[in-house]
Amino acid sequence: MKKWAMIAVSTLIAWAVWGFFGTKSDESEIEKLVLTGSSTIAPLAAEIGKRFESLHRNVRVDVQTGGSSRGVSDARAGLADIGMASRALKDDEKDLLQFTVALDGISVILNKANPVEALSKQQIIDIYTGKITSWKQVGGNDAPITVVNKAEGRSTLELFLHHFGLKNTEVKPHVIIGDNQQGIKTVVGNPDAIGYVSVGTAEYEASQGAAIKLLPLEGIAASVENVRNRSFPLSRPLNLVTRSEPVGLAKDFIEFAGSPQVNDLIEAQYFVPVPR
Amino acid sequence: MSLSRADRQLLALLRGCALLSAVIVLLILLFLLRESWPVLRQVPLLRFVTDASWHPVDGLYQLTPMLSATLYSTLGAVLLATPLGIASAVFSRYYAPPFLAGLYRRLIELLAGIPSVVYGFWGLITLAPLIGRLHPPGVSLLTGILILTLMILPTVALTVDAALAAVPIAYVRGAAALGLSRWGLISGVALPAARSGIIAGIILAAGRAIGETMGVLMVAGNVVQQPLSLFDSVRTLTANIALEMAYATGEHRAALFVSGLALMLMVLVLVGTAELLFRERRYD
Repeated sequence: MKKWAMIAVSTLIAWAVWGFFGTKSDESEIEKLVLTGSSTIAPLAAEIGKRFESLHRNVRVDVQTGGSSRGVSDARAGLADIGMASRALKDDEKDLLQFTVALDGISVILNKANPVEALSKQQIIDIYTGKITSWKQVGGNDAPITVVNKAEGRSTLELFLHHFGLKNTEVKPHVIIGDNQQGIKTVVGNPDAIGYVSVGTAEYEASQGAAIKLLPLEGIAASVENVRNRSFPLSRPLNLVTRSEPVGLAKDFIEFAGSPQVNDLIEAQYFVPVPR
Repeated sequence: MSLSRADRQLLALLRGCALLSAVIVLLILLFLLRESWPVLRQVPLLRFVTDASWHPVDGLYQLTPMLSATLYSTLGAVLLATPLGIASAVFSRYYAPPFLAGLYRRLIELLAGIPSVVYGFWGLITLAPLIGRLHPPGVSLLTGILILTLMILPTVALTVDAALAAVPIAYVRGAAALGLSRWGLISGVALPAARSGIIAGIILAAGRAIGETMGVLMVAGNVVQQPLSLFDSVRTLTANIALEMAYATGEHRAALFVSGLALMLMVLVLVGTAELLFRERRYD
């Protein structure tokens, strides 16, 4: 009995040690591709990277975050093979090349029972800064508004604040949520809540019967279609950035990231694939 | 007295294990310090309690609202779960017929096995809208306390039950021989005899409540503010880390490790206080 236990334990230990040291044997032949930049794109780039690695043996894709600006400056300085920027390049960055892999859009959502059908940009700003506190002030029920905001660091928060010209310190939230699902559940459970989530998630959940509605912005309906044709105002491109015309591994990766083979990965992150 | 060879081997093994656990705790502390160093180096400690708000992206690092949220939610849950847990254990030990007691215990064990995210999900979908009807927004300190109570109730109930089961049968027979009523036996003999086990159960439950993350994250609202009423939305330290860690970089990330450090300090203080309070009485 004791002997068998000893054998079992030593097998386990040997297995663990092998797992720890054994798999790194052919390090020398490995080619590395470094991507840095936007934390919005990083999770997507990491997923695409995994699939890319599975197709190209001896390639390792290393994804690091640090914001769109770091992505641009690293690509320019050659510190990264590819930069990631969740915005279009600015005028003084036009020496670089950008490749849009996906689009990101967010939609303001209300509970289905809320009679309000549309809000102007200024009304949304006033609601989020606490100047409008009752739905009555924007033509709805006489009920206090529950403002749902996103946690710091989330790309949806960044895009929302940027679009409405707000600072997060000015926002007066009643609820702060992490992911899109939590946001939808919160609005479903509270008829007086207002929140915002990725257009892709909101549209999918609404089609599955969740009691939410997507508010149009500036007269344009919030839909994946309108994000794809770039008419929806609350959206942005997710770009890969390079210093010069990409060659070799970087070229292969950018082509792969722009191909329909990764559409499922893009949709899994609630982004919208660009029309090819 | 000299130890036999087997004893010495066992002693070495036990010493090794004890040393390992202690080293792991120290390593965790060192790791937290190292990860939070980028912020601690630049930001004076005082700013974590004097800044205007918690907006780490804008360089504001106020932690105290989250400290008090953690404290209030844990305290509230322990206050609710302790009497309920003790009552549940007393019921199953002394009042319920044997078959019912067995069934009841299995049910409580099942309750202990439900993952916290499931409690949180139920709280978000069912409990929060109910409380929201009383007072919007529904996700609040109160909802958090109720969910935590549900989560730690089985811990209290099961440890108290085990402590009551360990009361020597002679005590019970002695009480019966003295003609004590059933309630007299419970309040005068069984509960006092099981006291240290009950206290251990409460401390265990408090530990779980402090560290609980997902359940509270889903129902407490997560706004960083000092709660003025039970219906205010609050964010606990653990929820803070879980909410922001995935997308945090640089100093923001380091600031989250500072909240981890604060949580560890808080647990140390709580355990230390409990130790001081119950030290003399534990070995009577």
